[in-house]
Amino acid sequence: MELTGILSYMVGFAIMAGIYSVFALGLNVHWGVTGLFNIGIAGFFTLGAYTTALLTTQPPDPALFEDFKFGGNWSETWFLDLGIDLWFFLGMGAAAAVCGIVALVIGYVTLRLRDDYLAISTLGIAETVRLFFLNEKWVANGSKGLYRIPAFLGDLVDPAHYDYLYIVVVLAVLLVLYLAVDRAVKSPWGRVLRAVREDEVAAQASGKDVFKFKLQAFVLGAVIMGIGGALFAHHFRFLAPLTFDPLLATFVIWAMLMVGGSGNNLGAILGAFIVWGIWSGTQFLPGIFADPSLRLFMIGALIVGVILLRPGGILGEERRQAAQSPDSAPAADA
Amino acid sequence: MTAIQDTARRISLAWTPAHTTAAIVLLAVAFGFLPFVKMGLVVNGVFLGAIIALGAVGLTLIYGILNFANIAHGDSMTMGAYIALFFVGYLLPKLGIESSGLGPFSFGYPLLIAIPIAVAVVAAGTIILDVAIYRRLRERGVNAVVLAMASLGLAIAIRGLVQIIWTGETQRYPRESRQVFHLPMDVRIPPDAIFIAIVTIILIVGVYIVLTHTKIGKAMRATADNPDLALVSGIDTRRVIWWTWAIGAVLAATAGIMLAVFQAQLLPSMGWKFLIPLFAAVTLGGIGNPYGALVGAFLIGVTSEISTQWINPSYKPAVAFAIMIGMLLIRPRGIFGGPRN
Repeated sequence: MELTGILSYMVGFAIMAGIYSVFALGLNVHWGVTGLFNIGIAGFFTLGAYTTALLTTQPPDPALFEDFKFGGNWSETWFLDLGIDLWFFLGMGAAAAVCGIVALVIGYVTLRLRDDYLAISTLGIAETVRLFFLNEKWVANGSKGLYRIPAFLGDLVDPAHYDYLYIVVVLAVLLVLYLAVDRAVKSPWGRVLRAVREDEVAAQASGKDVFKFKLQAFVLGAVIMGIGGALFAHHFRFLAPLTFDPLLATFVIWAMLMVGGSGNNLGAILGAFIVWGIWSGTQFLPGIFADPSLRLFMIGALIVGVILLRPGGILGEERRQAAQSPDSAPAADA
Repeated sequence: MTAIQDTARRISLAWTPAHTTAAIVLLAVAFGFLPFVKMGLVVNGVFLGAIIALGAVGLTLIYGILNFANIAHGDSMTMGAYIALFFVGYLLPKLGIESSGLGPFSFGYPLLIAIPIAVAVVAAGTIILDVAIYRRLRERGVNAVVLAMASLGLAIAIRGLVQIIWTGETQRYPRESRQVFHLPMDVRIPPDAIFIAIVTIILIVGVYIVLTHTKIGKAMRATADNPDLALVSGIDTRRVIWWTWAIGAVLAATAGIMLAVFQAQLLPSMGWKFLIPLFAAVTLGGIGNPYGALVGAFLIGVTSEISTQWINPSYKPAVAFAIMIGMLLIRPRGIFGGPRN
């Protein structure tokens, strides 16, 4: 009994760390590789989670929800009656698409301008999304939130042991995303992104359309964050605007990437597991050490500390030498 | 090429024909809308704009001289408000100095003692943070975005500190409820708003005098214009940077206290949430332009307040954000901005 308790705790921990790894991976595309300063991860987190939840959740019961009119039911309409297990993928795809479109619009407006405008705009988008879901009760039940978001392959296992199945799903999605992002980042395309990060003027001078590359990277990162949001929605199975506090939906993810190693995909994942380990581990400490406010302070201090003392984080960015990799021959350049 | 033009005219205080044109257009638009809006909302918006102005003028100066977006500016406001709370809610009552309801105002004279002390503490703290963190990063020659990143970390840490010391619960300065002034056209003015307006006018005029009539102010403008040239002409850039932080912190801490008085409550997230209107005002006015920030602040304040006539009041930050995005689309350098954004 003791052992299964610990095991199930560890699995629950690994699911959350895995989901956070997805976000850290997305942020790595933004900040680590391209140098885009996104401080509104919570916006994409919320959008991704709500999109899939609204598409897959049972229709609202009019007796229970007076204001809530929209949402649900899509998975049961006649021409889309594919069952929840297929809708899981459709919901995830839709979450990715919605985040990608929002990123396209925001990026189109701000990425031609100086770097900080993106930061301010992502902050604005996060707040706007939060206010939208909070106030528009007809969309997603306002502050009371959405309940009973269905589980993927929920019929296969006993609900009590469902986490053992979902951890496989999360890790599989994480693995696919990791391989895809790693390939993209190490491709000639990824090299241009790093060139843009290091010296925009030089990249421009070598004929690269800096704006286009930045926009692509911003959309890619946002798409990954949308997928992370979808994974979260089907794990937590309950969403409310309060779930997406900037602390847990933005700041923690920044700390994860900075600690693990900005610019390194494995570092992003490692950082997610370490920081989430510290975060969920400290709640067992006695007295003031378990205080969430102390954790907030620590997250901030951690970010400043890493920037000052070890800008590369634990792993740091991989240094790849041109001669060793066949794909970096000048002819293959984008 | 871009680098050179980027640094040019970051803080411009000359009043040019472009300013006059922009001002006339703005006034015309404003008067055109006037018959359709409730006067009371406009007046409320002016007071909200005054608080935004206090924050935005400091933010734009830091932006212009240190060349990065100070994400921690909102949390400097929070810190100022809470340090004042420490004095009026704890320390001064312990010393027997306790009172509220000074004249027509909701607060008592202890707040007048607390404001200068809180402001000084925040200014000193900001300079210490510059020496401990930002200066090291500057000497390392990092990209401006890394400075902004560090300020994000500081913003989080400051908010954590505020929550550790004062908890996350809503707090209040000791206050008496007071009658609002009733004016024609259904305009209601709380007496505290008059106090906020007076404080804002004093500080903004003070900053104007510092920038235009003192040696350090001229040095600040020169540094904003061209840091390297300023350095070789014998300007002590380190001193300029400290003064910039100090002025920014004084304005921010005051803005925080005024916000706490205006909203009649303090919350650890109050400054962070205020970042959107602050940056919207700075963007509207053109980065590094104190006049612009001032005008932008009142525009944001009044527009977001008027918007409540038609849409849910809790969307005010979203309205400020939408105005900012609109401005970035039409004229990214801002109303009064220089030749480049």
